[in-house]
Amino acid sequence: MTDFPILTAIIATPLIGAVVVALLPGRRPELVRAVGYAFSVATLGLACWLLADFSTKKVFFQFVENRPWLPSIGSRYIVGVDGISLFMILATALLIPIGLLASQRYPTQRPKAFTAWFLLLEFSLMGIFLSLDLIVFFLFWEILLVPMYFLIQGWGHGRRQYAATKFFIYTAAGSSLMLASTLILGFIHQSQTGVLSFDYRVLAAWSWHGLSSTTEVLLFFGFLAAFAIKVPLVPLHTWLPDVHTEAPTAGSVVLAGVILKMGAYGLLRFSLELFPHASVDLAPLLLTLGVIGILYGAIVAAMQKNLKRIIAYSSVAHMGFVIVGVFSLTVIGLDGAVFTMLSHPLTTGALFLLVGMLYERRHTYEIAEYGGIWRSAPLLTALFLGAMFAGIGLPGFSGFIGEFLSLAGTFVSRRPWAVAGVVGVIFAAVYMLWAFQRTFMGKPTGINLKLPDVNLREVMVVAPLLALSLFLGLYPKLAIERVEPSLKRTIVNLELKTHFREKRPKGYAPTKLPDGVTASQSIQLGRGAP
Amino acid sequence: MNARDVLGLVGIVALLPLIGAAFLMAFGRRLGSPRAGWVATGLMALAFAWSVVQLAALLSLPPDARSHVSIIFTWLPADQLHVNIGFLADPLSITWCLLVTGVGTLIHLYAIGYMRDDPNTGRFFAYFNLFAASMLILVLASSYLLTFLGWEGVGLCSYLLIAFWYERSTAALGGKKAFIYNRVGDIGFLIAMFLLIAQFGTLDYGATGHAALHASGGITTAIALLLFLGCTGKSAQIPLFPWLPDAMEGPTPVSALIHAATMVTAGVFLICRAHPFFDASHSAMTVVAWIGAITALVAGTMAVLQPDIKRVLAYSTISQLGYMFLALGTGAYAAAVFFVLMHAFYKACLFLGAGSVIHGNGENQDMRVMGALRRFMPYTAGAMVVAWLAIAGAPPFDGFWAKDGVLEAAYVRHDFGIWAVGIVAAVMTALYMTRLILLTFFGNARWGTSDAPAVAAVSGGSDDDDVVASEDVEAELGYEPDYLPTVVYGEPPRTPRLHGHEPHESPMLMVLPIVTLAVLSIVGGIIDIPLRGGTHLDAWLEPVFRGAPITESFAGAAALSATALAFGAVGILVAFLFYRRGLPSPADDPLQERLGVVGDVIGHGYYYDEAISKAVDGPVRGFATFLDRDVDQRVIDGAVNGTGHLVRRAAEGLRHAQDGLVRRYAIGIALGAAALLLFFLAYAGR
Repeated sequence: MTDFPILTAIIATPLIGAVVVALLPGRRPELVRAVGYAFSVATLGLACWLLADFSTKKVFFQFVENRPWLPSIGSRYIVGVDGISLFMILATALLIPIGLLASQRYPTQRPKAFTAWFLLLEFSLMGIFLSLDLIVFFLFWEILLVPMYFLIQGWGHGRRQYAATKFFIYTAAGSSLMLASTLILGFIHQSQTGVLSFDYRVLAAWSWHGLSSTTEVLLFFGFLAAFAIKVPLVPLHTWLPDVHTEAPTAGSVVLAGVILKMGAYGLLRFSLELFPHASVDLAPLLLTLGVIGILYGAIVAAMQKNLKRIIAYSSVAHMGFVIVGVFSLTVIGLDGAVFTMLSHPLTTGALFLLVGMLYERRHTYEIAEYGGIWRSAPLLTALFLGAMFAGIGLPGFSGFIGEFLSLAGTFVSRRPWAVAGVVGVIFAAVYMLWAFQRTFMGKPTGINLKLPDVNLREVMVVAPLLALSLFLGLYPKLAIERVEPSLKRTIVNLELKTHFREKRPKGYAPTKLPDGVTASQSIQLGRGAP
Repeated sequence: MNARDVLGLVGIVALLPLIGAAFLMAFGRRLGSPRAGWVATGLMALAFAWSVVQLAALLSLPPDARSHVSIIFTWLPADQLHVNIGFLADPLSITWCLLVTGVGTLIHLYAIGYMRDDPNTGRFFAYFNLFAASMLILVLASSYLLTFLGWEGVGLCSYLLIAFWYERSTAALGGKKAFIYNRVGDIGFLIAMFLLIAQFGTLDYGATGHAALHASGGITTAIALLLFLGCTGKSAQIPLFPWLPDAMEGPTPVSALIHAATMVTAGVFLICRAHPFFDASHSAMTVVAWIGAITALVAGTMAVLQPDIKRVLAYSTISQLGYMFLALGTGAYAAAVFFVLMHAFYKACLFLGAGSVIHGNGENQDMRVMGALRRFMPYTAGAMVVAWLAIAGAPPFDGFWAKDGVLEAAYVRHDFGIWAVGIVAAVMTALYMTRLILLTFFGNARWGTSDAPAVAAVSGGSDDDDVVASEDVEAELGYEPDYLPTVVYGEPPRTPRLHGHEPHESPMLMVLPIVTLAVLSIVGGIIDIPLRGGTHLDAWLEPVFRGAPITESFAGAAALSATALAFGAVGILVAFLFYRRGLPSPADDPLQERLGVVGDVIGHGYYYDEAISKAVDGPVRGFATFLDRDVDQRVIDGAVNGTGHLVRRAAEGLRHAQDGLVRRYAIGIALGAAALLLFFLAYAGR
């Protein structure tokens, strides 16, 4: 079965699912749901298979498929997976069925359209994380807006129209700059080499010596516009709390869990490889923005009166750790960044799901409406406690590993930023514990006295995420040993292409490629290698 | 099985309570009281037994070979950093294991009685066992990172147990406060670990210990001080101590186990474990010693006028922990460990005794309305008198030997200033503790007096309907959420809540652990008597610390002891002078009147906590609000929406915008992007 195009299968399964769902009769919601589960679980199965078959030894892309697509513009359908994308695929594949399961009872209207859009969302996410052709990547990036827009607009809360529009315009504005930069990059490459190609590996092997430094910085910022909005970096973050507040639970879960990671993924995958000089030179700027995100997001989170807005701002803070880890430009820091990208979907996903369950019971996210619900809903409270401490970064849960490594790497390369970022761990405790106290502790009154506890389905929605977070917190090796070869390659490529030298802990040998991998192979990202 | 095979299984000590925690989380509710408690206690007793086996295994090895690392699996392999889940069995960790499981078993046993009527006993014992497991992981860890896991685990359990009665607002606040203060300290611990990684590339105790010998002074000082910052949080030292008095909101067994005997000594343990860095940095040691000494004195004064029996003990714990850091700072590690053990005996005894007093007095914690209780609770009174003599430093009780060792070390090291502060603090110890004993067990009985002012203990109005409702709640919760038992300085005395009953002794299940701890307080000192051949603990710990034993001539030592005794006697005397007949009336504290303004200052804890609260409620919250409302909503989001409006107004030519147009605008963007792409396709196709 070595020739089975597993990556294409992962991309296509949700698309086929969306089409099948769309063709089903709308009057059979249970059939719609069954088909939705079937296709999303099938995708999850394929992703697990991918995890099982993924080699920890290989540095470059695995399961690569390379087919002609639009020869006229040099765009090809190229997909491949490495350590950076592997766990994004898994996180996506996990969160989609969980989002569907969480939405079984609520929202109630038009389950068919909901399921179809949701599967289409998965399709675009898989495409984003697997495409190695910049045009195809951009197309998936833009396609994502459509299901997301309609999910918010169709199944959101009060100001959903405003939120959906804000999301759409904001991200579309950013990605138009990315498109322009992509085109310019391709044209310059064509003018210099005579070959029109948008193969990311081709461009990455050329851009570091083919671009003038000014052009490189400009193009870096073009890509950054799209990525920074998605992360989001302060001050480009204000769409996030608005969208989260209005989005349906499943939308929030996928938004915080995976869509935010698109930005960090883009920086890791494309910015560092395509614009190495700019990435190295501008690292202090991005580190600063990351630290600002950690501190600012946490402080503002503490002041929110709406549970979803608290978690939204906490995402800003968590993504700050990712950015800091990436631009520490150390293997340890990159480990931490990617690990946080994997952990955050689990913990924040769980929190959004639990807050969604509160919403289903009370139809409000306002903290002031709650209080003392521990008594009537002890199991829900226990789950929330678990998710909360996982999110705060308690050792034993996955969040700690990510934050610890991000900050440790940053400390090795740039101490002041790390020290400033550590303060974020206090703030995280402040806003989460304060929210918990006001929501779950104290004396319940009125309707809060009789809140129904979680049922089996709801436990099944949240428990796997918490269990995975605990598992990865105690056995992070599973992820790190798959991720690290790709990250070492990224660091080595930066050193090969620029004057940059990674700062290492004292006594550590310089980062090396595995035996048998040459520098030129590494710069070409393994293209053409057997 | 040889000794090393046994030591390889040291992790079982932590595993047993961990299993208990998991089991009780799943089935605790179904088991109910008291069965859940018996499960938890049984597992703790097993863990103690296994710790004793570990002790025997270590003793069977020659002293220099008494260290064994067992690696379970690789936890965190990032880059060339390899952190294992691994356990280190050596005299230091096994000493703490014996303490945690031994005293822990007694307190678990006591808690079965104390929590008997609580409907959430299962949850309580699940947390209690989880705490023990975390604490054992903390002390058995073979690396800083795994210790940190236990360190945060005990913090989590502390939070959950302080806030156990979560419907009480003060309990909820107390739990949060404890966790956040500890997080402030954690910053120090975290940065210390980052420094260890950057400088030595490892977090392993063994490897960093060797590396510390060759590291530069700046690095060792930085690592030592950062770790100490973590200790000030966990062990409630200046400046991070204010959480501990508020932690008294938890059930009393929690106060005894976590906030007196074990968790708060984690800071002492960490410095012992990281001693190579402290040995290498004289300036860090000086800071530790002085912070410890000042904390001992200052917290001691804070305890003097507290009306709440538990809060006296809380400030006392801070003060006693100060002694331990004083000892550490003078390099007397073994003396500090000895102090930890002896303190665990008498302070756990005092806390459990206080719990028994509270239990037998209708949940009353206000000593001003106690008095003469010795006749009603003779066992509790007897045990607490023993513990009182121990903490006041009377020979031959264990506290005498412990304090003696600490002060002698300071004196011998020529830290006269520190020694003097320690001696003065001993006056405070004797004073507040004598006051506690006199007000509680002796003097006039104030709980029955009719002149006690009838202050409503229940806050808020109480209509008849509410009374019925709150009785329902009580039955369901096992406590009254509106009754806030803690009494702070300056509050009027509480109405005794005995409802016509007399105070009563607690059941045997609770008395037994109290008496056991009292007996330990009498004889415990035997493990380290500063006579030839008597310093067993010093010898046992010598392979860990490898310090030259601190010796003073017998005459010199005797003179030092006599001085300390004299100062302690002064404290006892002052207390007798003021309180030998109890209080004239509950609202009338003679020492407080005599001290006047000074009394207010120390009673309010030097207004330290209040100043922090004011700062947080004022400028800190103001700044956060400014960031949220002005920066985030007005400036940043205002700019975003303003741009949107501008574009739309330009597009619509100042026409009145309608909702439908917003959507049209969004679609316009999409079409624009598509058009751009098409244009490009056409261009590229040429």
